Amino acid sequence: MAYSDKVLDHYNHPRNVGSLDKNDASVGTGMVGAPECGDVMKLQVKVNPGTGIIEDAKFKTFGCGSAIASSSLATEWLKGKTVDQALEIKNTDIVNELSLPPVKIHCSVLAEDAIKAAIGDYKRKRGAEKPAEAVAAQ
Amino acid sequence: MKLPIYMDNHATTRMDPRVLDSMKPYFLEIFGNAASRNHSFGWEAEEAVEKSRKQIADLIGATAKEIIFTSGATESNNLAIKGTAQMYAERGNHIITQVTEHKAVLDTCKHLEKEGVRVTYLPVGKNGLIDLDQLQDAITDKTILISIMYANNEIGVVQPISEIGKIAKKKGVLVHTDAVQAVGKIPVNVISDGVDLLSLSGHKFYGPKGVGALYVRRRNPRVQLTSQMDGGGHERGMRSGTLNVPGIVGLGAAAEIARKEMAEESKRLEYLRDKLKDKILNNLDEVYINGTMEHHLPHSLNLSFAYVEGESLLMGINDIAVSSGSACTSATLEPSYVLKALGAGDDLAHSSIRFGLGRFNTEKEVDYVGDKVVDVVQKLRELSPLYELAKEGVDLSKMQWTAH
Repeated sequence: MAYSDKVLDHYNHPRNVGSLDKNDASVGTGMVGAPECGDVMKLQVKVNPGTGIIEDAKFKTFGCGSAIASSSLATEWLKGKTVDQALEIKNTDIVNELSLPPVKIHCSVLAEDAIKAAIGDYKRKRGAEKPAEAVAAQ
Repeated sequence: MKLPIYMDNHATTRMDPRVLDSMKPYFLEIFGNAASRNHSFGWEAEEAVEKSRKQIADLIGATAKEIIFTSGATESNNLAIKGTAQMYAERGNHIITQVTEHKAVLDTCKHLEKEGVRVTYLPVGKNGLIDLDQLQDAITDKTILISIMYANNEIGVVQPISEIGKIAKKKGVLVHTDAVQAVGKIPVNVISDGVDLLSLSGHKFYGPKGVGALYVRRRNPRVQLTSQMDGGGHERGMRSGTLNVPGIVGLGAAAEIARKEMAEESKRLEYLRDKLKDKILNNLDEVYINGTMEHHLPHSLNLSFAYVEGESLLMGINDIAVSSGSACTSATLEPSYVLKALGAGDDLAHSSIRFGLGRFNTEKEVDYVGDKVVDVVQKLRELSPLYELAKEGVDLSKMQWTAH
Protein backbone atom coordinates (compact mmCIF):
# COMPACT_ATOMS: atom_id res chain seq x y z
CA MET A 1 0.00 0.00 0.00
CA ALA A 2 1.27 3.47 -0.82
CA TYR A 3 1.11 5.93 2.06
CA SER A 4 0.95 9.68 1.69
CA ASP A 5 4.01 11.68 2.73
CA LYS A 6 2.10 13.07 5.69
CA VAL A 7 1.18 9.61 6.96
CA LEU A 8 4.79 8.52 6.60
CA ASP A 9 5.97 11.63 8.43
CA HIS A 10 3.65 10.99 11.39
CA TYR A 11 4.56 7.31 11.41
CA ASN A 12 8.29 8.03 11.38
CA HIS A 13 8.06 11.01 13.74
CA PRO A 14 4.92 10.60 15.81
CA ARG A 15 4.02 13.75 17.77
CA ASN A 16 3.04 13.77 21.43
CA VAL A 17 3.55 10.11 22.20
CA GLY A 18 3.05 9.24 25.83
CA SER A 19 0.67 9.17 28.72
CA LEU A 20 -0.76 11.68 31.17
CA ASP A 21 -1.87 10.82 34.69
CA LYS A 22 -5.35 9.46 34.13
CA ASN A 23 -6.27 10.13 37.78
CA ASP A 24 -5.57 13.85 37.43
CA ALA A 25 -8.88 15.73 37.50
CA SER A 26 -7.78 17.99 34.64
CA VAL A 27 -6.95 15.03 32.39
CA GLY A 28 -9.50 13.37 30.13
CA THR A 29 -8.74 9.92 28.74
CA GLY A 30 -10.35 8.24 25.74
CA MET A 31 -9.60 4.66 24.74
CA VAL A 32 -11.38 3.38 21.65
CA GLY A 33 -11.16 0.39 19.31
CA ALA A 34 -10.45 -3.25 20.03
CA PRO A 35 -7.34 -5.42 19.64
CA GLU A 36 -9.21 -8.00 17.53
CA CYS A 37 -10.08 -5.29 15.03
CA GLY A 38 -6.44 -4.29 14.77
CA ASP A 39 -6.83 -0.75 16.16
CA VAL A 40 -6.77 0.64 19.70
CA MET A 41 -6.26 4.35 20.32
CA LYS A 42 -5.65 6.02 23.65
CA LEU A 43 -5.90 9.77 23.54
CA GLN A 44 -5.52 12.08 26.52
CA VAL A 45 -6.06 15.81 26.98
CA LYS A 46 -4.96 18.03 29.86
CA VAL A 47 -7.28 20.99 30.19
CA ASN A 48 -6.73 24.24 32.01
CA PRO A 49 -9.83 24.33 34.23
CA GLY A 50 -9.80 28.13 34.27
CA THR A 51 -9.73 28.76 30.52
CA GLY A 52 -11.08 25.47 29.19
CA ILE A 53 -8.08 25.37 26.84
CA ILE A 54 -6.33 22.09 26.10
CA GLU A 55 -2.76 22.60 27.25
CA ASP A 56 -1.40 19.19 26.48
CA ALA A 57 -2.41 16.14 24.50
CA LYS A 58 -0.83 12.69 24.34
CA PHE A 59 -1.58 9.52 22.47
CA LYS A 60 -0.65 5.90 22.17
CA THR A 61 -1.97 3.83 19.28
CA PHE A 62 -1.93 0.17 18.38
CA GLY A 63 -2.80 0.04 14.73
CA CYS A 64 -1.69 0.55 11.17
CA GLY A 65 0.33 3.53 9.95
CA SER A 66 -2.81 5.48 9.11
CA ALA A 67 -4.21 4.94 12.61
CA ILE A 68 -0.95 6.12 14.15
CA ALA A 69 -0.89 9.16 11.88
CA SER A 70 -4.56 10.02 12.56
CA SER A 71 -4.07 10.04 16.31
CA SER A 72 -0.73 11.82 16.11
CA LEU A 73 -2.33 14.55 13.99
CA ALA A 74 -5.27 14.76 16.38
CA THR A 75 -2.97 15.56 19.32
CA GLU A 76 -1.32 18.31 17.28
CA TRP A 77 -4.67 19.86 16.48
CA LEU A 78 -6.02 19.54 20.02
CA LYS A 79 -3.33 21.57 21.71
CA GLY A 80 -4.42 25.18 22.14
CA LYS A 81 -8.05 24.51 21.31
CA THR A 82 -10.86 24.89 23.81
CA VAL A 83 -12.79 21.79 24.78
CA ASP A 84 -15.72 22.88 22.61
CA GLN A 85 -13.51 23.66 19.62
CA ALA A 86 -11.97 20.21 20.00
CA LEU A 87 -15.38 18.61 19.59
CA GLU A 88 -15.70 20.30 16.21
CA ILE A 89 -12.83 18.27 14.73
CA LYS A 90 -14.38 15.92 12.18
CA ASN A 91 -12.95 12.72 10.80
CA THR A 92 -13.21 14.16 7.30
CA ASP A 93 -10.73 16.89 8.31
CA ILE A 94 -8.25 14.15 9.18
CA VAL A 95 -8.96 12.25 5.94
CA ASN A 96 -8.27 15.40 3.92
CA GLU A 97 -5.15 16.41 5.81
CA LEU A 98 -3.55 12.95 5.57
CA SER A 99 -5.00 12.01 2.14
CA LEU A 100 -6.30 8.74 3.57
CA PRO A 101 -7.57 6.21 1.02
CA PRO A 102 -11.15 4.87 1.43
CA VAL A 103 -10.01 1.66 3.19
CA LYS A 104 -8.37 3.77 5.91
CA ILE A 105 -11.28 6.11 6.65
CA HIS A 106 -12.11 4.04 9.72
CA CYS A 107 -8.79 5.19 11.22
CA SER A 108 -9.98 8.80 11.07
CA VAL A 109 -13.36 7.83 12.53
CA LEU A 110 -11.55 6.17 15.38
CA ALA A 111 -9.48 9.31 15.99
CA GLU A 112 -12.65 11.42 16.12
CA ASP A 113 -14.16 8.90 18.54
CA ALA A 114 -11.03 9.09 20.67
CA ILE A 115 -11.24 12.89 20.86
CA LYS A 116 -14.91 12.71 21.88
CA ALA A 117 -14.17 10.02 24.45
CA ALA A 118 -11.29 12.00 25.98
CA ILE A 119 -13.29 15.23 26.19
CA GLY A 120 -16.30 13.29 27.51
CA ASP A 121 -14.14 11.78 30.23
CA TYR A 122 -12.81 15.20 31.19
CA LYS A 123 -16.33 16.63 31.35
CA ARG A 124 -17.53 13.71 33.45
CA LYS A 125 -14.71 14.24 35.90
CA ARG A 126 -15.47 17.94 36.11
CA GLY A 127 -19.15 17.18 36.52
CA ALA A 128 -18.49 14.80 39.36
CA GLU A 129 -16.24 17.34 41.03
CA LYS A 130 -18.36 20.42 40.59
CA PRO A 131 -21.80 19.35 39.46
CA ALA A 132 -23.30 22.82 39.80
CA GLU A 133 -20.75 24.50 37.55
CA ALA A 134 -20.91 21.77 34.96
CA VAL A 135 -24.66 22.11 34.69
CA ALA A 136 -24.36 25.87 34.53
CA ALA A 137 -21.75 25.64 31.79
CA GLN A 138 -24.16 23.72 29.60
CA MET B 1 24.42 -5.10 1.05
CA LYS B 2 21.58 -4.12 -1.26
CA LEU B 3 18.17 -2.98 -0.07
CA PRO B 4 15.41 -4.08 -0.09
CA ILE B 5 16.28 -7.52 1.25
CA TYR B 6 14.23 -10.42 -0.10
CA MET B 7 13.20 -12.76 2.72
CA ASP B 8 9.92 -14.12 1.38
CA ASN B 9 11.21 -17.37 -0.09
CA HIS B 10 8.02 -19.31 0.71
CA ALA B 11 6.21 -17.14 -1.81
CA THR B 12 8.76 -17.60 -4.52
CA THR B 13 12.50 -17.85 -4.98
CA ARG B 14 14.87 -16.07 -7.27
CA MET B 15 15.93 -18.41 -10.07
CA ASP B 16 19.40 -19.86 -9.71
CA PRO B 17 21.59 -18.47 -12.53
CA ARG B 18 22.68 -22.05 -13.27
CA VAL B 19 19.05 -22.93 -13.92
CA LEU B 20 18.69 -20.01 -16.30
CA ASP B 21 21.81 -21.13 -18.16
CA SER B 22 20.41 -24.61 -18.60
CA MET B 23 17.20 -23.22 -20.11
CA LYS B 24 18.69 -20.76 -22.58
CA PRO B 25 19.28 -23.10 -25.54
CA TYR B 26 15.66 -24.25 -25.42
CA PHE B 27 14.16 -20.97 -26.57
CA LEU B 28 15.97 -20.23 -29.83
CA GLU B 29 17.94 -23.32 -30.78
CA ILE B 30 16.27 -26.44 -29.46
CA PHE B 31 12.73 -25.18 -29.79
CA GLY B 32 11.01 -28.33 -31.04
CA ASN B 33 7.79 -29.83 -29.78
CA ALA B 34 8.67 -32.77 -27.56
CA ALA B 35 5.74 -34.64 -29.09
CA SER B 36 7.09 -34.34 -32.65
CA ARG B 37 8.24 -37.87 -33.39
CA ASN B 38 9.50 -37.51 -36.94
CA HIS B 39 12.37 -35.03 -36.86
CA SER B 40 15.40 -34.11 -34.82
CA PHE B 41 13.87 -30.90 -33.42
CA GLY B 42 11.28 -33.00 -31.65
CA TRP B 43 13.74 -35.70 -30.61
CA GLU B 44 16.09 -33.21 -28.99
CA ALA B 45 13.26 -31.57 -27.10
CA GLU B 46 12.01 -34.96 -25.97
CA GLU B 47 15.47 -35.95 -24.82
CA ALA B 48 15.69 -32.78 -22.70
CA VAL B 49 12.28 -33.46 -21.20
CA GLU B 50 13.21 -37.05 -20.33
CA LYS B 51 16.44 -35.89 -18.70
CA SER B 52 14.45 -33.49 -16.53
CA ARG B 53 11.98 -36.23 -15.63
CA LYS B 54 14.89 -38.30 -14.34
CA GLN B 55 16.40 -35.36 -12.42
CA ILE B 56 13.11 -34.75 -10.63
CA ALA B 57 12.51 -38.43 -9.98
CA ASP B 58 15.99 -38.71 -8.42
CA LEU B 59 15.24 -35.84 -6.05
CA ILE B 60 12.15 -37.53 -4.60
CA GLY B 61 13.02 -41.21 -4.87
CA ALA B 62 10.69 -41.92 -7.80
CA THR B 63 11.20 -43.34 -11.28
CA ALA B 64 11.16 -41.05 -14.31
CA LYS B 65 7.92 -42.49 -15.71
CA GLU B 66 6.10 -41.47 -12.54
CA ILE B 67 6.64 -37.74 -13.14
CA ILE B 68 3.83 -35.82 -14.90
CA PHE B 69 4.65 -32.25 -15.90
CA THR B 70 2.12 -29.52 -15.10
CA SER B 71 1.98 -25.73 -14.95
CA GLY B 72 2.68 -25.70 -11.22
CA ALA B 73 1.50 -27.02 -7.90
CA THR B 74 -2.00 -25.56 -8.10
CA GLU B 75 -2.61 -27.62 -11.20
CA SER B 76 -0.88 -30.65 -9.68
CA ASN B 77 -3.11 -30.44 -6.61
CA ASN B 78 -6.24 -30.08 -8.71
CA LEU B 79 -5.26 -32.99 -10.92
CA ALA B 80 -4.32 -35.23 -8.01
CA ILE B 81 -7.43 -34.63 -5.95
CA LYS B 82 -10.12 -34.22 -8.61
CA GLY B 83 -8.48 -36.91 -10.74
CA THR B 84 -8.56 -39.39 -7.86
CA ALA B 85 -12.11 -38.51 -6.81
CA GLN B 86 -13.38 -39.08 -10.34
CA MET B 87 -11.29 -42.15 -11.15
CA TYR B 88 -12.14 -43.94 -7.89
CA ALA B 89 -15.74 -42.71 -7.53
CA GLU B 90 -17.03 -46.29 -7.58
CA ARG B 91 -14.76 -47.30 -4.73
CA GLY B 92 -15.75 -44.43 -2.44
CA ASN B 93 -16.51 -40.77 -2.10
CA HIS B 94 -14.65 -39.64 1.00
CA ILE B 95 -11.49 -37.53 1.16
CA ILE B 96 -9.54 -36.55 4.29
CA THR B 97 -7.49 -33.38 4.41
CA GLN B 98 -6.70 -30.80 7.08
CA VAL B 99 -7.51 -27.20 7.85
CA THR B 100 -4.14 -25.53 7.22
CA GLU B 101 -3.73 -26.77 3.65
CA HIS B 102 -3.06 -24.30 0.88
CA LYS B 103 -6.14 -22.92 -0.87
CA ALA B 104 -5.27 -24.99 -3.94
CA VAL B 105 -6.15 -28.07 -1.88
CA LEU B 106 -8.92 -26.62 0.31
CA ASP B 107 -10.83 -25.01 -2.54
CA THR B 108 -10.42 -28.11 -4.71
CA CYS B 109 -11.99 -30.13 -1.90
CA LYS B 110 -14.79 -27.58 -1.50
CA HIS B 111 -15.43 -27.83 -5.22
CA LEU B 112 -15.73 -31.61 -4.92
CA GLU B 113 -18.08 -31.28 -1.95
CA LYS B 114 -20.54 -29.53 -4.25
CA GLU B 115 -20.38 -32.60 -6.47
CA GLY B 116 -21.29 -34.93 -3.63
CA VAL B 117 -17.86 -35.92 -2.33
CA ARG B 118 -17.61 -35.98 1.46
CA VAL B 119 -14.55 -34.22 2.88
CA THR B 120 -13.17 -34.39 6.41
CA TYR B 121 -11.02 -31.42 7.42
CA LEU B 122 -8.84 -32.55 10.32
CA PRO B 123 -7.93 -29.90 12.89
CA VAL B 124 -4.34 -29.18 13.87
CA GLY B 125 -2.90 -28.80 17.35
CA LYS B 126 -1.19 -25.70 18.70
CA ASN B 127 2.00 -27.11 17.17
CA GLY B 128 0.41 -27.00 13.71
CA LEU B 129 0.44 -30.77 13.24
CA ILE B 130 -2.46 -33.17 12.73
CA ASP B 131 -3.22 -35.87 15.27
CA LEU B 132 -2.58 -39.34 13.82
CA ASP B 133 -5.27 -40.95 16.00
CA GLN B 134 -7.81 -38.51 14.63
CA LEU B 135 -6.66 -39.36 11.13
CA GLN B 136 -7.07 -43.07 11.82
CA ASP B 137 -10.54 -42.51 13.24
CA ALA B 138 -11.60 -40.43 10.26
CA ILE B 139 -10.94 -43.22 7.75
CA THR B 140 -14.05 -45.10 6.64
CA ASP B 141 -14.60 -47.81 4.04
CA LYS B 142 -15.60 -45.01 1.67
CA THR B 143 -12.29 -43.12 2.07
CA ILE B 144 -10.32 -43.00 -1.18
CA LEU B 145 -7.74 -40.30 -0.53
CA ILE B 146 -5.82 -38.58 2.26
CA SER B 147 -4.32 -35.25 1.18
CA ILE B 148 -1.97 -33.72 3.76
CA MET B 149 0.68 -31.14 2.91
CA TYR B 150 4.32 -32.02 3.52
CA ALA B 151 5.29 -28.67 5.03
CA ASN B 152 3.14 -25.65 5.71
CA ASN B 153 3.69 -22.53 3.65
CA GLU B 154 2.93 -20.08 6.46
CA ILE B 155 4.42 -21.63 9.56
CA GLY B 156 6.91 -24.12 8.11
CA VAL B 157 5.88 -27.12 10.21
CA VAL B 158 6.50 -30.54 8.67
CA GLN B 159 3.64 -33.04 8.96
CA PRO B 160 4.36 -36.69 9.86
CA ILE B 161 4.03 -37.86 6.25
CA SER B 162 5.62 -41.30 6.61
CA GLU B 163 3.32 -42.10 9.58
CA ILE B 164 0.37 -40.96 7.49
CA GLY B 165 1.62 -43.17 4.66
CA LYS B 166 1.73 -46.20 6.95
CA ILE B 167 -1.79 -45.65 8.26
CA ALA B 168 -3.14 -45.15 4.74
CA LYS B 169 -1.40 -48.22 3.39
CA LYS B 170 -2.96 -50.43 6.05
CA LYS B 171 -6.41 -49.18 5.08
CA GLY B 172 -5.81 -49.22 1.33
CA VAL B 173 -6.26 -45.46 1.00
CA LEU B 174 -4.20 -43.34 -1.40
CA VAL B 175 -2.01 -40.51 -0.06
CA HIS B 176 -1.46 -37.21 -1.81
CA THR B 177 0.89 -34.59 -0.43
CA ASP B 178 1.32 -30.99 -1.51
CA ALA B 179 5.09 -30.88 -1.10
CA VAL B 180 5.85 -27.50 -2.69
CA GLN B 181 7.51 -26.11 0.42
CA ALA B 182 9.47 -29.28 1.17
CA VAL B 183 10.87 -30.51 -2.14
CA GLY B 184 14.41 -29.29 -2.63
CA LYS B 185 14.58 -28.07 0.97
CA ILE B 186 14.40 -31.24 3.07
CA PRO B 187 14.78 -34.91 2.07
CA VAL B 188 11.59 -36.19 0.47
CA ASN B 189 11.28 -39.80 -0.61
CA VAL B 190 8.05 -41.16 -2.04
CA ILE B 191 9.01 -44.75 -1.14
CA SER B 192 9.93 -44.31 2.50
CA ASP B 193 7.19 -41.69 2.94
CA GLY B 194 4.58 -44.02 1.47
CA VAL B 195 3.19 -41.33 -0.81
CA ASP B 196 1.15 -42.12 -3.94
CA LEU B 197 0.76 -38.60 -5.34
CA LEU B 198 3.04 -35.62 -4.73
CA SER B 199 2.80 -32.05 -6.01
CA LEU B 200 5.84 -29.86 -6.55
CA SER B 201 6.55 -26.51 -8.13
CA GLY B 202 9.68 -25.16 -9.84
CA HIS B 203 9.73 -21.59 -8.58
CA LYS B 204 9.73 -22.63 -4.93
CA PHE B 205 13.22 -24.09 -5.24
CA TYR B 206 15.08 -21.70 -7.52
CA GLY B 207 13.54 -22.96 -10.75
CA PRO B 208 11.27 -21.15 -13.18
CA LYS B 209 7.67 -20.12 -12.56
CA GLY B 210 4.84 -21.73 -14.50
CA VAL B 211 6.17 -25.26 -14.33
CA GLY B 212 5.64 -28.01 -11.81
CA ALA B 213 5.08 -31.71 -11.59
CA LEU B 214 2.86 -34.35 -10.11
CA TYR B 215 4.36 -37.64 -9.01
CA VAL B 216 1.93 -40.46 -9.76
CA ARG B 217 2.86 -43.87 -8.36
CA ARG B 218 3.06 -46.68 -10.93
CA ARG B 219 3.58 -49.66 -8.65
CA ASN B 220 2.11 -50.85 -5.34
CA PRO B 221 -0.42 -49.57 -6.22
CA ARG B 222 -0.62 -48.33 -9.79
CA VAL B 223 -2.48 -45.04 -9.41
CA GLN B 224 -4.76 -43.84 -12.16
CA LEU B 225 -6.20 -40.37 -12.55
CA THR B 226 -8.99 -38.89 -14.59
CA SER B 227 -7.45 -36.12 -16.67
CA GLN B 228 -8.78 -32.62 -16.11
CA MET B 229 -8.09 -31.25 -19.58
CA ASP B 230 -8.96 -32.82 -22.89
CA GLY B 231 -6.43 -32.75 -25.69
CA GLY B 232 -3.56 -34.59 -27.27
CA GLY B 233 -3.12 -37.12 -24.49
CA HIS B 234 0.34 -36.05 -23.37
CA GLU B 235 1.88 -37.24 -20.11
CA ARG B 236 0.42 -40.75 -20.14
CA GLY B 237 -2.99 -39.25 -20.94
CA MET B 238 -3.15 -37.51 -17.60
CA ARG B 239 -2.23 -34.01 -18.70
CA SER B 240 -2.73 -32.86 -22.27
CA GLY B 241 -0.95 -29.83 -23.63
CA THR B 242 2.34 -29.20 -25.44
CA LEU B 243 5.16 -29.48 -22.94
CA ASN B 244 6.84 -26.31 -21.72
CA VAL B 245 10.30 -27.55 -22.68
CA PRO B 246 12.46 -24.64 -21.42
CA GLY B 247 10.53 -24.59 -18.15
CA ILE B 248 10.83 -28.34 -17.78
CA VAL B 249 14.57 -28.20 -18.43
CA GLY B 250 14.87 -25.51 -15.75
CA LEU B 251 12.79 -27.54 -13.30
CA GLY B 252 15.09 -30.52 -13.84
CA ALA B 253 18.22 -28.42 -13.39
CA ALA B 254 16.81 -26.93 -10.18
CA ALA B 255 16.05 -30.43 -8.92
CA GLU B 256 19.56 -31.66 -9.60
CA ILE B 257 21.16 -28.66 -7.87
CA ALA B 258 18.86 -29.15 -4.89
CA ARG B 259 19.67 -32.86 -4.66
CA LYS B 260 23.41 -32.17 -4.65
CA GLU B 261 23.43 -29.12 -2.39
CA MET B 262 20.49 -29.67 -0.05
CA ALA B 263 22.43 -31.08 2.88
CA GLU B 264 24.88 -28.20 3.00
CA GLU B 265 22.37 -25.51 2.13
CA SER B 266 19.84 -26.55 4.75
CA LYS B 267 22.56 -26.52 7.40
CA ARG B 268 23.57 -22.99 6.43
CA LEU B 269 20.00 -21.73 6.35
CA GLU B 270 19.16 -23.35 9.66
CA TYR B 271 22.15 -21.59 11.24
CA LEU B 272 21.02 -18.24 9.80
CA ARG B 273 17.39 -18.85 10.77
CA ASP B 274 18.39 -19.68 14.34
CA LYS B 275 20.60 -16.61 14.49
CA LEU B 276 17.67 -14.44 13.44
CA LYS B 277 15.35 -16.16 15.91
CA ASP B 278 17.80 -15.77 18.80
CA LYS B 279 18.47 -12.12 18.01
CA ILE B 280 14.77 -11.34 18.12
CA LEU B 281 13.82 -13.53 21.09
CA ASN B 282 16.78 -12.39 23.18
CA ASN B 283 15.99 -8.72 22.70
CA LEU B 284 12.22 -8.61 22.85
CA ASP B 285 9.69 -10.00 25.31
CA GLU B 286 6.31 -11.44 24.34
CA VAL B 287 7.30 -12.77 20.95
CA TYR B 288 5.65 -16.08 20.08
CA ILE B 289 6.83 -18.73 17.64
CA ASN B 290 3.97 -20.02 15.49
CA GLY B 291 4.11 -23.78 14.99
CA THR B 292 6.49 -26.24 16.54
CA MET B 293 10.20 -25.76 15.84
CA GLU B 294 10.73 -29.50 16.35
CA HIS B 295 9.31 -30.60 13.02
CA HIS B 296 10.16 -27.63 10.91
CA LEU B 297 11.67 -26.43 7.66
CA PRO B 298 15.24 -25.20 8.20
CA HIS B 299 14.79 -21.85 6.45
CA SER B 300 11.46 -20.83 7.89
CA LEU B 301 10.37 -18.77 10.90
CA ASN B 302 6.96 -17.36 11.80
CA LEU B 303 6.71 -15.03 14.78
CA SER B 304 3.91 -13.07 16.42
CA PHE B 305 4.81 -9.84 18.15
CA ALA B 306 2.27 -9.17 20.88
CA TYR B 307 0.92 -5.63 21.27
CA VAL B 308 2.04 -4.37 17.89
CA GLU B 309 -0.09 -4.38 14.77
CA GLY B 310 1.10 -6.21 11.67
CA GLU B 311 0.70 -3.56 9.03
CA SER B 312 2.52 -0.89 11.03
CA LEU B 313 5.24 -3.44 11.69
CA LEU B 314 5.63 -4.13 7.97
CA MET B 315 5.64 -0.39 7.35
CA GLY B 316 8.55 -0.04 9.73
CA ILE B 317 10.55 -2.75 8.00
CA ASN B 318 9.62 -1.76 4.48
CA ASP B 319 13.14 -2.40 3.22
CA ILE B 320 12.66 -6.10 4.03
CA ALA B 321 10.34 -8.22 1.91
CA VAL B 322 8.44 -10.60 4.21
CA SER B 323 4.83 -11.74 4.61
CA SER B 324 2.37 -11.08 7.40
CA GLY B 325 -0.71 -12.88 8.69
CA SER B 326 -2.28 -9.51 9.23
CA ALA B 327 -5.72 -8.94 7.77
CA CYS B 328 -4.64 -5.57 6.43
CA THR B 329 -2.15 -7.22 4.11
CA SER B 330 -4.58 -9.74 2.70
CA ALA B 331 -7.27 -9.29 0.11
CA THR B 332 -9.91 -10.83 2.34
CA LEU B 333 -9.42 -8.59 5.41
CA GLU B 334 -9.37 -11.78 7.48
CA PRO B 335 -6.31 -12.66 9.53
CA SER B 336 -4.46 -15.82 8.56
CA TYR B 337 -6.68 -18.91 8.73
CA VAL B 338 -3.57 -20.98 9.39
CA LEU B 339 -2.65 -19.07 12.54
CA LYS B 340 -6.27 -19.09 13.69
CA ALA B 341 -6.35 -22.86 13.24
CA LEU B 342 -3.42 -23.07 15.67
CA GLY B 343 -5.58 -21.36 18.26
CA ALA B 344 -3.82 -18.00 18.05
CA GLY B 345 -6.15 -15.12 18.89
CA ASP B 346 -6.95 -12.65 16.15
CA ASP B 347 -4.63 -10.12 17.76
CA LEU B 348 -1.60 -12.42 17.53
CA ALA B 349 -2.55 -13.48 14.02
CA HIS B 350 -2.64 -9.80 13.07
CA SER B 351 0.89 -9.22 14.31
CA SER B 352 2.67 -12.17 12.74
CA ILE B 353 5.57 -12.12 10.33
CA ARG B 354 6.83 -14.96 8.19
CA PHE B 355 10.53 -14.95 7.47
CA GLY B 356 11.58 -17.18 4.60
CA LEU B 357 15.32 -17.48 4.10
CA GLY B 358 16.79 -18.71 0.88
CA ARG B 359 19.85 -19.62 -1.11
CA PHE B 360 20.79 -16.01 -1.80
CA ASN B 361 20.43 -14.54 1.69
CA THR B 362 23.69 -13.60 3.39
CA GLU B 363 24.60 -13.47 7.07
CA LYS B 364 24.90 -9.68 6.81
CA GLU B 365 21.33 -9.48 5.61
CA VAL B 366 20.13 -11.69 8.45
CA ASP B 367 21.93 -9.47 10.98
CA TYR B 368 20.38 -6.37 9.45
CA VAL B 369 16.89 -7.88 9.52
CA GLY B 370 17.26 -8.98 13.14
CA ASP B 371 18.40 -5.53 14.29
CA LYS B 372 15.74 -3.76 12.29
CA VAL B 373 12.89 -5.91 13.58
CA VAL B 374 13.98 -5.45 17.19
CA ASP B 375 14.26 -1.71 16.68
CA VAL B 376 10.86 -1.28 15.02
CA VAL B 377 9.01 -3.50 17.49
CA GLN B 378 10.51 -1.54 20.40
CA LYS B 379 9.44 1.72 18.81
CA LEU B 380 5.91 0.49 18.11
CA ARG B 381 5.56 -0.85 21.63
CA GLU B 382 6.45 2.55 22.99
CA LEU B 383 3.48 3.71 20.93
CA SER B 384 1.22 0.84 21.96
CA PRO B 385 -1.46 1.42 24.59
CA LEU B 386 -1.83 -2.36 24.82
CA TYR B 387 1.81 -2.87 25.75
CA GLU B 388 1.47 -0.15 28.38
CA LEU B 389 -1.62 -1.79 29.87
CA ALA B 390 0.01 -5.22 29.85
CA LYS B 391 3.06 -3.83 31.63
CA GLU B 392 0.71 -2.34 34.27
CA GLY B 393 -0.59 -5.88 34.80
CA VAL B 394 -3.99 -5.37 33.17
CA ASP B 395 -5.51 -8.50 31.65
CA LEU B 396 -6.41 -7.32 28.16
CA SER B 397 -8.77 -10.21 27.56
CA LYS B 398 -10.94 -9.01 30.45
CA MET B 399 -11.17 -5.42 29.27
CA GLN B 400 -14.29 -3.93 27.73
CA TRP B 401 -13.44 -2.76 24.23
CA THR B 402 -15.52 -0.56 22.01
CA ALA B 403 -15.77 -2.66 18.87
CA HIS B 404 -16.00 -0.69 15.66
